[in-house]
Amino acid sequence: MSGPAGRAAGPGTERDPQLGQPVRVVLAKLGLDGHDRGLKVVARMLRDAGLEVIYLGLRQTAESILLAVEQEDADVIGLSIHNGGHLTLAPRMVEAVRTAGLDTPVVVGGIVPELDLERLRTAGVFAVLGPGASATEVAHTVRAAAAGRA
Amino acid sequence: MSTPDNHSPPGSEAHGDENVARAEAEAQWRAAFEAAPLRDGTFETMSGIPLAAVHGDPPYPGQYPYTRGIYPSMYRSRLWTMRLFAGMGTAADTNRRFKKLLEAGGTGLSTAFDMPTLMGRDSDDPWAVGEVGRAGVAVDTIADMEDLFAGIDLGNVSTSMTINGPANILMAMYIVTGERGGTERGRLSGTIQNDILKEYQAQKEYIFPPRPSVRLVTDLIGFTTAEMPRWHPTSISGYHIREAGSTASQELAFTLANGFAYVEAAMAAGMDVDDFAPRLSFFFNSHIDFFEEIGKYRAARRIWAHWMRDRYGAKQERSLQLRFHTQTAGVSLTAQQPEVNIARVATQALAAVLGGTQSLHTDSYDEALALPTEKAARIALRTQQVIAHETGAANVADPLGGSAYVEWMTDEMERRATEVFDHLEKLGEGSILEGVYEGIANGYFVGEIADSAYRFEREVNAGRRIIVSVNAHTDSDGSDTPTLRIDEDVEDQQLARLAEVKQRRDSGAVVDALETLAADAADPTINLMEPIIECVRVEATEGEIVNALEGVFGTYTEPAVV
Repeated sequence: MSGPAGRAAGPGTERDPQLGQPVRVVLAKLGLDGHDRGLKVVARMLRDAGLEVIYLGLRQTAESILLAVEQEDADVIGLSIHNGGHLTLAPRMVEAVRTAGLDTPVVVGGIVPELDLERLRTAGVFAVLGPGASATEVAHTVRAAAAGRA
Repeated sequence: MSTPDNHSPPGSEAHGDENVARAEAEAQWRAAFEAAPLRDGTFETMSGIPLAAVHGDPPYPGQYPYTRGIYPSMYRSRLWTMRLFAGMGTAADTNRRFKKLLEAGGTGLSTAFDMPTLMGRDSDDPWAVGEVGRAGVAVDTIADMEDLFAGIDLGNVSTSMTINGPANILMAMYIVTGERGGTERGRLSGTIQNDILKEYQAQKEYIFPPRPSVRLVTDLIGFTTAEMPRWHPTSISGYHIREAGSTASQELAFTLANGFAYVEAAMAAGMDVDDFAPRLSFFFNSHIDFFEEIGKYRAARRIWAHWMRDRYGAKQERSLQLRFHTQTAGVSLTAQQPEVNIARVATQALAAVLGGTQSLHTDSYDEALALPTEKAARIALRTQQVIAHETGAANVADPLGGSAYVEWMTDEMERRATEVFDHLEKLGEGSILEGVYEGIANGYFVGEIADSAYRFEREVNAGRRIIVSVNAHTDSDGSDTPTLRIDEDVEDQQLARLAEVKQRRDSGAVVDALETLAADAADPTINLMEPIIECVRVEATEGEIVNALEGVFGTYTEPAVV
């Protein structure tokens, strides 16, 4: 059954993805979009794959996500966007990360038309996972994002 | 017409009392059938074989508990309403799409609002940035509602509005649009979704906490019951529960439980069940497992009839009859080889028709990619027209009734739903309404739905469940599907429209109307519809009205549970 948000290890634990410590990923919905089925499935996929998931859920802002990234020393930000707001919302998240002086990679999941993929990459989004991405692919992409940063 | 003189399956032998009961049921059915209107049509097979309107055993369609359909004649009197959901960009953009759908033979309108509108936020709210007009049409004030329905005779069309948290506000805007165009509220016909409970469970478009939100629902039910006899004040929706990942039986159980909860709330507010129940309606998903879906619709009608009669004491026949709209499963559409979705939608639409739906939306094949193009929406409508006019599926009511498998599936759906009702009743200490509140508070609904969604995903990932074009038969010619692009200046256009209204209106009158509303909201015995209509008349924005109510009701934030 469902467990509460958050992770088992205490805050401030020293760890390094390169040394086999689990990658930490913050998962959130940015903005008003309420479609959270995909994000919840991804949260469980990533946990099953051995990653630490900090699940923020719905109605987050770039600021609330950044706060979680800093407090939890997260390696990756996973955003789920399903209602066409990706061109505004995803670049805004990347910008907020940079402004805060961080280099946390942003991975976007959801419905993003082919035409917009290049614009998101140019804006600094690490990767976009579309419908049909397998559990393996999702975990691999998040790990690659964490490794690229480290 | 072909007379229904051959209901009895060959070889069926009944004796004594059974014979008498059967003869009575038949006579009663025949009288009801003959009193019902008959649409133009040839009720015979393609090869010229005449068809009785119903086959098999009683109870017949139109007879309690309505497992076989709520009307004796079903689609021989009238085909289902072909209602396509549409909305994007500005109100003027959507108005053009509405007119095209009506020209193409659509028989009802259905409005999709954008996310800020659904969440009660104005287009100039910081939360709205990036989402204005993206996934539906932006409506901030009465001016937008007037643009949306410009040139459409509201006395002559039935309109469905998919809106929940701020339903009362959008209803008020529709009423005032009618007023200004010369159609009084009593002549307006349509449905507003106004089903807040499933928002906490599945779709997550809530604003206020559950209890004051349910008061808004019952206010709207009370208001339309008194003033708008042609309006359906709530469409109790399983669609979103299913899309969020539930199974068919969970969709059935949670939706009907929500229906019982509204009945209990309205009765607790002093309404007579037979005054409002005839106007309640439902909205179900049609997913791809064909017979499971048909069993679900049949079970829904039977359960509702039993509960309304035996538990809530309804006496009018219409109070016992579950009417429903169906939409094919958006979540079943694939982004890979999207044309294959046309076959999925056709199958799902046929299940809805064989299950006796009253209206139907067919998804467009490109909806896993973006909002539908006009061409894709037209194919979706044509799919319904093929089922209606070519397949013969509309000739005979409940054509699968009596199939051992379909009857078993219907019973099994009912059995599984009953387990859920028992659980909720225990949670609520005898009240389904309280059980639903508790199930929202303790994460029961979201947990059950997330478990089912994850189980499905794992089956697909492991290849135990085949989805054509996703994990099997993945070779394609790789051709691109054209998708709809929303004009990127929609947001600017909408902001300009909103600024113009704020400029021209009497701001003193707005402040007064909002203050009156807030004061009325603090008194739970006052129906809030008239004060909200007054706010709309003086051109208060949706966001301003929501803020006034939030000041009294507070807001809801869900616990983040995976």
